[in-house]
Amino acid sequence: MRLKIILALSVLSGLILSWNLHTMFLKVPDELNQGAIFRIIYFHVPSAITSFAGFFLAMFSSVGYLIKKDLRFDSVAASITEVSFAFTTITLITGSIWGRVIWGIWWTWDYRLTSFFICWLLYVGYLMLRRAIDDPTTRARLCAVLSIFACVDVVIVWKSIEWFRTQHPGPVLSIRSGGGMAPGMEAPIWWNFLALIMLATVLVLIRMRQEAMQREIDTMRRYAHAF
Amino acid sequence: MTFLQQALAIAGKDLRSEIRSKETVNASLSFALVILMLFSFAFDPGSDQVREISGGLLWLVYAFAGTLILNRSFARELVNDCLDALISSPASGAQVFFGKCLANYLLLMVVECVSFPVFIIFYNARWPARWGLLLLVMLLGTWGITVIGTLFSAMTVNLRLRELMLPTLVYPMLIPALLGAIRLSTVLIAGEALETDDQIWFKLLAGFDVIFTALSLALVEIVLVG
Repeated sequence: MRLKIILALSVLSGLILSWNLHTMFLKVPDELNQGAIFRIIYFHVPSAITSFAGFFLAMFSSVGYLIKKDLRFDSVAASITEVSFAFTTITLITGSIWGRVIWGIWWTWDYRLTSFFICWLLYVGYLMLRRAIDDPTTRARLCAVLSIFACVDVVIVWKSIEWFRTQHPGPVLSIRSGGGMAPGMEAPIWWNFLALIMLATVLVLIRMRQEAMQREIDTMRRYAHAF
Repeated sequence: MTFLQQALAIAGKDLRSEIRSKETVNASLSFALVILMLFSFAFDPGSDQVREISGGLLWLVYAFAGTLILNRSFARELVNDCLDALISSPASGAQVFFGKCLANYLLLMVVECVSFPVFIIFYNARWPARWGLLLLVMLLGTWGITVIGTLFSAMTVNLRLRELMLPTLVYPMLIPALLGAIRLSTVLIAGEALETDDQIWFKLLAGFDVIFTALSLALVEIVLVG
């Protein structure tokens, strides 16, 4: 059943992504001020939203672990965090490429960029902590706490665009403050978001399967050591 | 015993042990002086440039020196299984944590209060006119460093790579508080007027302290006991 879901989501995500590529390169015109490079937003913004959404889900799963003490919650949190971390990296890289063309620099220490980078570093710490602890229960417990702490930091990142003066462009999506993009130009962002969410789900499901196998191996190893 | 009495008993124990051995404060203070000295090679110590980055220098020194104190906070309890004894004592995890926080806070404030005049002398800066506000920034910023650092010290105490993991986890977590403290300290040391925008940094510092203190107190039992 899970394999079928993975296959179905992969195919659907692939189809939407291909159709989106066709729309964004052949149908949507160049942006008036930015030219062709503006199209990077179609991956930049959905990746950022996917990663944020993932970090929140990971936090809820971590809270779930702390309440239920079921290692499956931990593997969900770990899988989602790893995938979200990949999307954070994509956001940083696409943002950097856009910045090089529009601002003339690869990186600027604008507060939002800095906060996103901090977020990335926090989850580097999370992944490092996972590797540093051998005992599965201790690892799950401490990583759950770290995930909650890191997520609070993500909230500060999310709010920082309103708190601080910034060089980063203002919100362009229509759900926030009236929006700045034409409807035809905005639609592919949401389609890409859907496709990336499906892709992220596929990756999480595959990663969870690996975690389940790891748990099984750990149990067998403990069983073997007992004799 | 009330929550605070238990916490104060733990803090008293930590401070007494530190006053007798002086190992952490001495190391932290020497380290702060070494960093202050090293910075003088990175740029001209008497220039105007120093005034512009004074807050940053100061808080980097505090954060680096602070990690030494925080790293030892729980690690010193490993000898003779003292940590297990503390956990199984009538004091709750939150009380142990809060007591250690208070002790670390005092120790770090001592290091900061000693290294600040040294910074003023070494870098030819003027004593800030609004020193009361700067003290407030130091009190708020240091509590942020302490509360996060102490919790993460508890988290990493049993790890093989404890000394490596603590700074890796703590510094990114501290950046919002450090940003606020750096910005406010720079303005206050340079003697410039605080703009309306700067008030948000005070709120950020205070908010950071409140949020993470509450979160740490709620979760420390899980970290220490399970």
